[in-house]
Amino acid sequence: MSAVIDEHGHGHEHVHGPAKGLMRWVLTTNHKDIGTMYLWFSFTMFLLGGSFAMVIRAELFQPGLQIVEPAFFNQMTTMHGLIMVFGAVMPAFVGLANWMIPLMIGAPDMALPRMNNFSFWLLPAAFLLLVSTLFSPGGGPNFGWTFYAPLSTTYAPESVTFFIFAIHLMGISSIMGAINVIATILNLRAPGMTLMKMPLFVWTWLITAFLLIAVMPVLAGVVTMMLMDIHFGTSFFSAAGGGDPVLFQHVFWFFGHPEVYIMILPAFGAVSSIIPAFSRKPLFGYTSMVYATGAIAFLSFIVWAHHMFVVGVPVVGELFFMYATMLIAVPTGVKVFNWVSTMWQGALTFETPMLFAVAFVILFTIGGFSGLMLAIAPADFQYHDTYFVVAHFHYVLVPGAIFGIFASAYYWLPKWTGHMYDETLGKLHFWLSFIGMNMAFFPMHFVGLAGMPRRVPDYNLQFADFNMVSSIGAFTFGATQIFFLFIVIKCIRGGEPAPAKPWDGAEGLEWSVPSPAPYHTFQTPPEVK
Amino acid sequence: MRHPYVWMGLLSWMAFGQAQGAWTVNMAPGVTEVSNAVFELHMIIFWICVVIGILVFGVMFWSMVLHRRSTGQQPASFHEHTRVEILWTVIPFLILVAMAIPATKTLIDIYDASESDIDIQVTGYQWKWHYKYLGQDVEFFSNLATPAGQISNQAPKGEHYLLEVDQPLVLPVGAKVRFLVTAADVIHSWWVPAFAVKRDAIPGFVNEAWTRIEKPGIYRGQCTELCGKDHGFMPVVVEVKSRSDYDSWLGERKAEAAKLKELTSKEWTLEELVERGDKVYHTTCVACHQAEGQGLPPMFPALKGSKIATGPLEDHLGIVFHGKPGTAMAAFGKQLSEVDIAAVVTYERNAWGNAKGDMVTPKDVLALKQAQSQ
Amino acid sequence: MHGLSQRRLVLRLSLMTVVMFAFGFALVPLYDVMCQAFGINGKTAGQYQGSQVSDPSRSIRVQFMSTNASDMVWEFHAKADQIEVNPGAVNQMVFIARNPTGRSMTAQAVPSITPAEAAAYFHKTECFCFSQQVLQPGERIEMPVRFIVDRDLPAHVKHLTLAYTLFDITARQPPVARLTAEDVQGAR
Repeated sequence: MSAVIDEHGHGHEHVHGPAKGLMRWVLTTNHKDIGTMYLWFSFTMFLLGGSFAMVIRAELFQPGLQIVEPAFFNQMTTMHGLIMVFGAVMPAFVGLANWMIPLMIGAPDMALPRMNNFSFWLLPAAFLLLVSTLFSPGGGPNFGWTFYAPLSTTYAPESVTFFIFAIHLMGISSIMGAINVIATILNLRAPGMTLMKMPLFVWTWLITAFLLIAVMPVLAGVVTMMLMDIHFGTSFFSAAGGGDPVLFQHVFWFFGHPEVYIMILPAFGAVSSIIPAFSRKPLFGYTSMVYATGAIAFLSFIVWAHHMFVVGVPVVGELFFMYATMLIAVPTGVKVFNWVSTMWQGALTFETPMLFAVAFVILFTIGGFSGLMLAIAPADFQYHDTYFVVAHFHYVLVPGAIFGIFASAYYWLPKWTGHMYDETLGKLHFWLSFIGMNMAFFPMHFVGLAGMPRRVPDYNLQFADFNMVSSIGAFTFGATQIFFLFIVIKCIRGGEPAPAKPWDGAEGLEWSVPSPAPYHTFQTPPEVK
Repeated sequence: MRHPYVWMGLLSWMAFGQAQGAWTVNMAPGVTEVSNAVFELHMIIFWICVVIGILVFGVMFWSMVLHRRSTGQQPASFHEHTRVEILWTVIPFLILVAMAIPATKTLIDIYDASESDIDIQVTGYQWKWHYKYLGQDVEFFSNLATPAGQISNQAPKGEHYLLEVDQPLVLPVGAKVRFLVTAADVIHSWWVPAFAVKRDAIPGFVNEAWTRIEKPGIYRGQCTELCGKDHGFMPVVVEVKSRSDYDSWLGERKAEAAKLKELTSKEWTLEELVERGDKVYHTTCVACHQAEGQGLPPMFPALKGSKIATGPLEDHLGIVFHGKPGTAMAAFGKQLSEVDIAAVVTYERNAWGNAKGDMVTPKDVLALKQAQSQ
Repeated sequence: MHGLSQRRLVLRLSLMTVVMFAFGFALVPLYDVMCQAFGINGKTAGQYQGSQVSDPSRSIRVQFMSTNASDMVWEFHAKADQIEVNPGAVNQMVFIARNPTGRSMTAQAVPSITPAEAAAYFHKTECFCFSQQVLQPGERIEMPVRFIVDRDLPAHVKHLTLAYTLFDITARQPPVARLTAEDVQGAR
């Protein structure tokens, strides 16, 4: 595998451009091409998963069953979750990593370019398989994205085997992506780029990649156990054969909780580049940011049972997981305080990336507060599996992961396309997203506290008004994202030419190459002082 | 639509922040000591978060307004401050410790395992609850009572839409009640917000929770663990009565069981059975086999014109009685009375164009039961 | 290049992946050990070999509960709802099962104890749940469970509930039979 690197280093002294036609994309090993493909794939999945969310919100627009049957509704909630987590958020961050990590550390490409190509192309196969189950007799997965046994084993639709195989493919893709990121960061940094000089995006991705390697195999393990229970007569999760359905939840959440941080840490990193750039001030507390990220990653392994407070964990266990979970607030708080201090006494401007980054800090903190409330075990007996939880994780994931991705996209679009995006349209996109998102998810706190369970296709009249508000907000947010597609296409096709460094406060090697970034960059490693 | 002036409502809500009845924004304190403690805990943490939020966001907005470049601000260049960084690590930690103390206390109360006055076995089924008064010989299923017409928007929805059952769990006020929660198929979760009791019902395992209700009334909750198609349609309703009302209710239940035996021995006509079967079908079978017997193939087969419902009587009765292992078809021999089984089988053979004209009597069902117990 | 060579780094990372995959499976026995040590989920240990001296000064209420899985048609219940026992003494309770159907069936009973903290102090010296039960059409059996409540049971525990859930495992016999297309269909 290392031969590939040598080939780039010595074999081709002259700079060549991309191949022509479709085969450029199928066979490419170029990190920028692959990054672009990941980003487009992720956006496609974002729209698909979003359209499932629209079906959910349309059904919940008013009480009664009007648009879909409960059986199909369950498939929608399941697929919405799976596609957003594995299809939209994770590939988007891998795409950003592909594009930006080599540019940020002064590397010519990713360390394992051919594996890079393979890990991307596994994804369309996996999601084709997953989405095709919707058309199978008996329907697609309908057991929630957390697929608790025995609903997902003994009581699952026929298509569960396809679902398992799709998860395997996604897992392999993620693991290969993670290995690639680690190899790139550890081996291909430009001379002088010590670990503690790396941009925070690189740092958070390095830690994320280790999390991926630690937990994606456990996810693969848990779905393999399901497969064996369904087809080979084992009883991992079936009480009838001596197994235990609760074991499923333990193994799943051992994966599931670090997974939450996999979806948020890279956004922390990106925001840590963007806020200093538009504050025109260096990031406050770089070192503590790195340690805080490490602490969050470590804690994420010992808090999983806070998802299971009502399954009947003994009181000592409940206390341990409650305390450990509360502890996460400390490093997370450090990060928020650092961002705020970075802005303090800066010279702030609010271009679109900064708007998304500031909204990220505020709304993610709100999601953190509801997370702290959920950590309190006795109170969780009331919150658990209600819309309060739905509100919480959407406040963490939409303004967290998704706004982080939008901020990154606007921040680096000039570098990718060579054009400035339309600032007015970008701001409009932000404000519509911001209003839509809050209108959709804030009322969910209220209906959750008032007692509305999650994953229900219909509800009592007392929840009707807030649900209608939520649905209107969700439709606004959803429609706005099609507008984002327009902004990106407009930016690719033309616009004001972008200079090498379009943001006067920005720091980093990526701004030392021209815009758009040439097909090959840093063939000769830059010197980092 | 329930709220024709939703837009006006929305505007007035945003304009005045007025909470109407339906705009409930917070948890209710509930009617037990534990639920009140949980509510207090919830409010304490909420206000701590609000204060921290005001401080952090206040600083943020301060700099967003005053430290803009357009104000001619020159950026400072500081990027670390060890003492401040240590402070904002230690202070949140201390706040967390302060939160953990009342939380721990409440949690230990919730896990109190001292003696109880009444033990109720709560079993989750797809998609209904079963309650058994341990040591009392009283047990029954509790099904959703909301008519299908309300769900499909053909009839106006009632106040307790989706939160009403045919037979609520009845409990006395002031007694310590222990719930032993389990499930017969997939995982369910039994939740009554007013008691702050939520426990997963896990097949093969038993969980326990307790409550002591301070106020008579009717309390409503729902299943809170995704359990398949009709997860949203298996409410929990608990009717809390005074001790003496509870005792007489329990006596009545025992008498009813005796009366059911009498019904079994009565001579039934086809019409009577079909009429009773219609009701049984629409509470017990309709979720899967649907109102017109059309089913939801391939998971839930149609009964209209089906081989079973128009075939030999014994096979039809057998499937209803014993269920079909490995499918969602449960063994109703254990869940329904002889009268109800006879009625529903007779109904299915004589509804939706299935005009077999034959009938199963409660005595036939009893005979089947007895034949099999020999 | 820094540190490890590319090949060795990738090998190590791949090894980590394999180890974590294995770790996922290792969680299964690990979980059982934890369950039995801490009584998580009210799981009880296997057959108890020890013996204890009865403590007549203390009395514990042991309650019996029986549940049928939803497709299980056997009649299944304990002879008594509850008994009072002394810690350390050997006690017996008989459960009755009857197969009312016209076919031979196999069942497995799964025990669970609550409160969960008591599970580690509940010892079964003999139990019908240790083996599968086969009943012929109409057959009825009495199945004993013999148990000792440990003398070390925490003082605040005054009662405990032993719950059995009865599963029909006829279709799982032998397990490979499930591989036929019809069985997979049936399992849906």
